[in-house]
Amino acid sequence: MNIQNLSRRGFTAALGGIVLSFSLVPRLALGQQANLPGSLNNNRMLDAWLRIGPDGSATVFTGKVELGQGIVTALAQIAAEELDLPLTRIKMISGDTGQTPNEGQTAGSQSIEASGTALRMAAAEVRAMLIDLAARRFGVAADTLQVGDGVFTAADGRRVTYGELAGETDLHREATAKIAPKPPAEHKIVGQPIPRRDIPAKVTGGAAYVQDLRLPGMLHGRVVRPPRYGAKLESFDEAAVKALPGVVAVVRDGSFLGVIAAREEQAIKARDALKRSARWSGGEELPDPAKIHEHLLTLSMEDKVISDKQAPLPDGATRVEATYHRPYTAHASIGPSCSVAQAENGKITVWTHTQGVFPLRATMAKALDMQPSAIRCIHVEGSGCYGHNAADDVALDAALLARAAAGKPVRVQLMRDDEFMWEPFGPAMVMRAGAALKNGRIVDWTYDVWSNTHNMRPGAPDGVNLLAAWHLEKPKQPAPPRAAPQPAGAGDRNAIPLYDLPRQRITSHLIVEMPLRVSALRTLGAYANVFAIESFMDELAAAAGADPVEFRLAHLKDPRAKAVIEAVAKAADWKGGQGTGTSGRGIAFAKYKTLATYVAVIVDLELDRASGKIKVPRAYAAADAGLIINPDGLTNQIEGGIVQSTSWTLHEEVRFDRKGILSQSWDSYPILTMQEAPKTSTVLINRPDEHSLGSGEASQGPTVAAIANAFTAATSRRIRELPLHPERVKAALA
Amino acid sequence: MAINLKVNGTVHSVTVEPDTPLLYVLRNDLALNGAKFGCGLEQCGACTVLLDGVPTRSCVYEIQDVAEQEVTTIEGLGSVDKPHPLQTAFMGEQAAQCGYCINGMIMTAKSLLDRMPHPTEADVRATLAPNLCRCGTHSRIVRAVLRAANGG
Repeated sequence: MNIQNLSRRGFTAALGGIVLSFSLVPRLALGQQANLPGSLNNNRMLDAWLRIGPDGSATVFTGKVELGQGIVTALAQIAAEELDLPLTRIKMISGDTGQTPNEGQTAGSQSIEASGTALRMAAAEVRAMLIDLAARRFGVAADTLQVGDGVFTAADGRRVTYGELAGETDLHREATAKIAPKPPAEHKIVGQPIPRRDIPAKVTGGAAYVQDLRLPGMLHGRVVRPPRYGAKLESFDEAAVKALPGVVAVVRDGSFLGVIAAREEQAIKARDALKRSARWSGGEELPDPAKIHEHLLTLSMEDKVISDKQAPLPDGATRVEATYHRPYTAHASIGPSCSVAQAENGKITVWTHTQGVFPLRATMAKALDMQPSAIRCIHVEGSGCYGHNAADDVALDAALLARAAAGKPVRVQLMRDDEFMWEPFGPAMVMRAGAALKNGRIVDWTYDVWSNTHNMRPGAPDGVNLLAAWHLEKPKQPAPPRAAPQPAGAGDRNAIPLYDLPRQRITSHLIVEMPLRVSALRTLGAYANVFAIESFMDELAAAAGADPVEFRLAHLKDPRAKAVIEAVAKAADWKGGQGTGTSGRGIAFAKYKTLATYVAVIVDLELDRASGKIKVPRAYAAADAGLIINPDGLTNQIEGGIVQSTSWTLHEEVRFDRKGILSQSWDSYPILTMQEAPKTSTVLINRPDEHSLGSGEASQGPTVAAIANAFTAATSRRIRELPLHPERVKAALA
Repeated sequence: MAINLKVNGTVHSVTVEPDTPLLYVLRNDLALNGAKFGCGLEQCGACTVLLDGVPTRSCVYEIQDVAEQEVTTIEGLGSVDKPHPLQTAFMGEQAAQCGYCINGMIMTAKSLLDRMPHPTEADVRATLAPNLCRCGTHSRIVRAVLRAANGG
């Protein structure tokens, strides 16, 4: 790991004691609440975030949850830093509708910005309150106190612990956000590569996942999904299945079908028997997969111009146009989704690896015709989800089965085909780019992106976005698809390039109909838009006869954008695409969501022309995520994103025919193997004076485009449709 | 039917159907969390355990076929307090994101290092190729195995 520290100011004021600053947030009209930073704005009480125990330890509550991205460790670092407590005395509680703040979904690379900011401000305020109490107890000025390890020491040696002071203060009060957090120069814990809290259990067989939950009297459930979208359950042999060993109950509600058994393997056998005997009717015909992108453009859509910048178009400019496609892709979690539910006394407790316990609870309440207050959703980690996979769906499955289990907890894990066939996919998309060049500069830019929604998650105000709810005897309807506003966007995420262009018109087309089930997959539309834009930038650079790095730098004003491009070019010793016919290099860049982490990626590509197989042996990245909380965690996210994106780019597309989804196992949805994974190296640019920026989804877009550009460097051919699988490569070379 | 099974050095007696996959006995009867259900199809490797030292997909391997073979799970390698060198190396490299595949990675690597104490990076990658990782932690996993081979 290579970290460069770039401080915006040449110094940071060293201040002792508490620093009081006045909030820059203006009071709104009388009676309205002031805006508070991050998630404090919607969860305003200090004790919603922090409590100090009599033993001097702090319990931290966050609505954001661990998905394998290391967020709980990073948030603990922030709290420990501001409280001046060692990490061992920070207890983290995350994602529990019974205990934690409601922070919506853990998604969009926003946890450090939303939850981290709230915790930093709340912890700084709590520490200041404790300092004030200690100063009053000793009758000394606050700035004469030494603080460390949860103990205040006066100049005369008197000591008092946080635990002793905890009883004297009431944290059930609204945060003011008027206490300035520590200046970055004083950070001792933030910025350090602190080992993750969750990893020891994960490498020793500890209880680390909801899959590992083992409650007294727990039963095992499995579901039988319809064979295709929209199919209705006509009949099944209930008596035969009930007679199987261990079967406790068969649950049918309309076309929802599930079984509960004493043992897990018994539940699986019963599911197989149910599946064999079930007769289904009807169902939706899917579009022709060979013409899916043409088909999508025929569907009803809502169009919106999301950027329109006018300037005179000079005469004599050269016009370039290109259209790009991405396929449907799957989250394809290694562990099928799992949940445990227990229904007792009119209440249901659900242990779930959802990304959002509160939105899930609200939607489950509608699905089950219950009050939200009668449902408690508790997050327990699952297999990595990478967005909206089947985690929420299986929570409702477990609840539906638990209602037939006489108070006993029921653990439901989906089978591999359930997960693949019914998960909401990342949508197929079409991107069309056009530009005019004059004197080596872009003088006009047009861009259109067509996509379904990327958010059919639970939590929508009007509708029930949970699978089983649509299959019930009295089915619930999903919410209508919606466009998401810029700058974050959804299908149009990163559709507005960061390049400084004199004239541009960018149009987002939300395709309303959804022939395949879709929702949020890591990066939403950014993967496809950065693929298109950054491929197109290379096409324009070629048309202008310019080096891809120089061409990008010439069109950028943002110094941080330039810095990551220059850093990666230096790290990779960039000397152009260096194409040989069987190898080449490519570069690409994006600022995720146009408001989060800056990443530039260079890849080396090798091509076997006979088989059409592409290999990416090496990838270099440079990232600027503002103030770095945990450099090792940041590197893991950037490098993991590069490898995952390489997998998407070389292999992945959901296979289907007119009758249904054909990707049902790893055979029909292959992903990158250990031998194909690139070696990665990352330069981190730390900017202590800048806000921390989300990084969990920042490297995927640059990676896909760098691979596509490296292919062109190697072969002088351009592939504009993903994935770059061998048949497509061979066709391009023919 | 009662079946005797030697797991991590201890003999257990379990009463299950003889065709029960070993995975469910380990997880649900012996409360061992390490081996994971990933696919039930021998495709991903999350359920890998060692049978007499040989990496085996416990999601399909039936309990009746285990017979006298010794089963080793990741719990048998070490614990948080007394980790095996591979576990130490995985912690040292922070070689996990979600970590669901890591059981299979470590158990497969264990069998490799037992027969080849000093593998090359290519050996490690080839041995682990049948084990799928979805988070993109591949490089760290390889580094962790090489670190364990080099004495941590």
